[in-house]
Amino acid sequence: MAVPQIVVENLAKSFLVPERHPGLWGALRGVVRRRHRRVEALKGVSFAIEPGELVGYIGPNGAGKSTTIKILAGILVPDSGRCEVMGRAPWVRRIENAAEIGVVFGQRTQLWWDLPAIESFDLLAAIYRVPKRDHIASRDELVEWLDLAPLLDTPVRQLSLGQRMRCDIAAALLHRPALLYLDEPTIGLDAVAKLAVRQFIRRINDERGTTVILTTHDMDDIEALTRRVLLIGEGRLLYDGTLAGLRAKVTRERRLILDLANGAEEPRDPDAEIVGREGKRIHLRFDPDRIAAPELIARITAKCPVRDLFVENPPIEEIIAELYEGNAL
Amino acid sequence: MRPYLAIVSARFRMLLQYRAAAWAGVATQGFWGLIRVMVFDAFYRSSSATQPMTLDQTVSYIWLGQATIGLLIFSVDADVRDMVRTGTVAYELARPVDLFSLWYWRSVASRAAPTLLRCMPIMVLAIALRGLGPPASVASGFAWVLSQVAALMLSAAVMTLATISLLWTVSGEGISRLLPMVAWLSTGIVIPLPLFPDWAQPILNSLPFAGMLDTPARVYMGHIDAGHASLAIARQLAWTLALVWLGRLLIARGTRRLVVQGG
Repeated sequence: MAVPQIVVENLAKSFLVPERHPGLWGALRGVVRRRHRRVEALKGVSFAIEPGELVGYIGPNGAGKSTTIKILAGILVPDSGRCEVMGRAPWVRRIENAAEIGVVFGQRTQLWWDLPAIESFDLLAAIYRVPKRDHIASRDELVEWLDLAPLLDTPVRQLSLGQRMRCDIAAALLHRPALLYLDEPTIGLDAVAKLAVRQFIRRINDERGTTVILTTHDMDDIEALTRRVLLIGEGRLLYDGTLAGLRAKVTRERRLILDLANGAEEPRDPDAEIVGREGKRIHLRFDPDRIAAPELIARITAKCPVRDLFVENPPIEEIIAELYEGNAL
Repeated sequence: MRPYLAIVSARFRMLLQYRAAAWAGVATQGFWGLIRVMVFDAFYRSSSATQPMTLDQTVSYIWLGQATIGLLIFSVDADVRDMVRTGTVAYELARPVDLFSLWYWRSVASRAAPTLLRCMPIMVLAIALRGLGPPASVASGFAWVLSQVAALMLSAAVMTLATISLLWTVSGEGISRLLPMVAWLSTGIVIPLPLFPDWAQPILNSLPFAGMLDTPARVYMGHIDAGHASLAIARQLAWTLALVWLGRLLIARGTRRLVVQGG
């Protein structure tokens, strides 16, 4: 097997945060004596990522996601532990590392606010020392994939959030980085824009083979895109594996959703529990280890007339919420 | 070098857009220049003692100061200040460029663009209205150009140091207000440095600020003759190098303790 592209071992990072006393008296006391609180953002995280993977990095706010990304990008220096990106410690050889990665922080833009996007692109090509011909090829490819042609000449401050995000993602990929870090790329976007961003992330991963690490709170992003998830909570890695595996680890339960025919009574079954009703739609919960889905469906449809039905997994949000509350694992 | 050139040129193009600001600057500096010329005129008339500079030299000094006052702004780089406050500075560190050089060249551009825009009209105005003579000699003229470029490099180094302080202070407000108060008097923009009393001369000459206005102005009018100009320019460059070295030291420390705002 090839050497992993990213190796993280026992990575730890803490910040000193000044504490402020509330109120005027507190502010005056703060002038004389500052109190600091040590916040441990990462408490020994380990994982490895192979070239070409598309990994979802998830966890609640303040779990340490962005801190990890910033260490991998060479922006922050960890307190202890090992971290190598393509064989380099990113903060020691920050400049070499930066040349091979692309970064998007969803809440901020890397484009020059007053310039049209195309000028930002040209400027970035110069900053990354991309030869002119390569730049034009890469730029035109991204413009096509992200449908940016109509936006290129508009000053960035006049773009909508979705348009700006597409430009920002293109900006991070102009120099054909081997690795792309996306920190909440779909934050604040509407459904259409999210879809466009997701499609593009998949495409860049397929066609350029770019390794993608994606942090997000949007579980649809994760379900649509990633084969592997890393779940982090309070600075520790809670889970590393497939999404299905994560589900299985927390709960084996499935949902059966029925649309009852007119005049039908609510179904009753010893192996299924009703967890929700919306008009004629009934949500049932069952454990596939106790009863197989076909058997349950046969039993219920024999007793009560059903117009439509489908089986699904419980929403990933619920699973994550369960994990955060400290159950399981 | 390509990344830094691109940044200088982009910044330059952007700043050249501010034509209204440039004309306002020309009007303000022209007006203040006239008043200061009149004040020094009155001083010279009321005194019979021999002064270290002739009235003509003082007037030229004042006009050169008005023309290049854009080099004497000691504020932090507003763009970097905003980036530090919002956390966008993370992007600066995610670029394959040296952070000090990035900030330094940006300072060069943001000092050079407005100064270049204002300098020519004010010099033309000054020659037409009153008092700014040509350089003392052709050699002095050449030396002046070099010294003026060195003043720009020096000024950008001071500005970059102020900008680097943002890594500790975040707001930069204090430095932007305090530094001009300390430094302006020692640049010569208020009172030409040669007119200070003898005891003050060694102090003023040992500070870096003399290289930002006083040196090029005195080279221009031959108060520092062409022969001694190379020494004066060497001094400007030495200060620039020293401040750049200090800046690199500080930025290396600052980025190690960096907490990028906003998690």
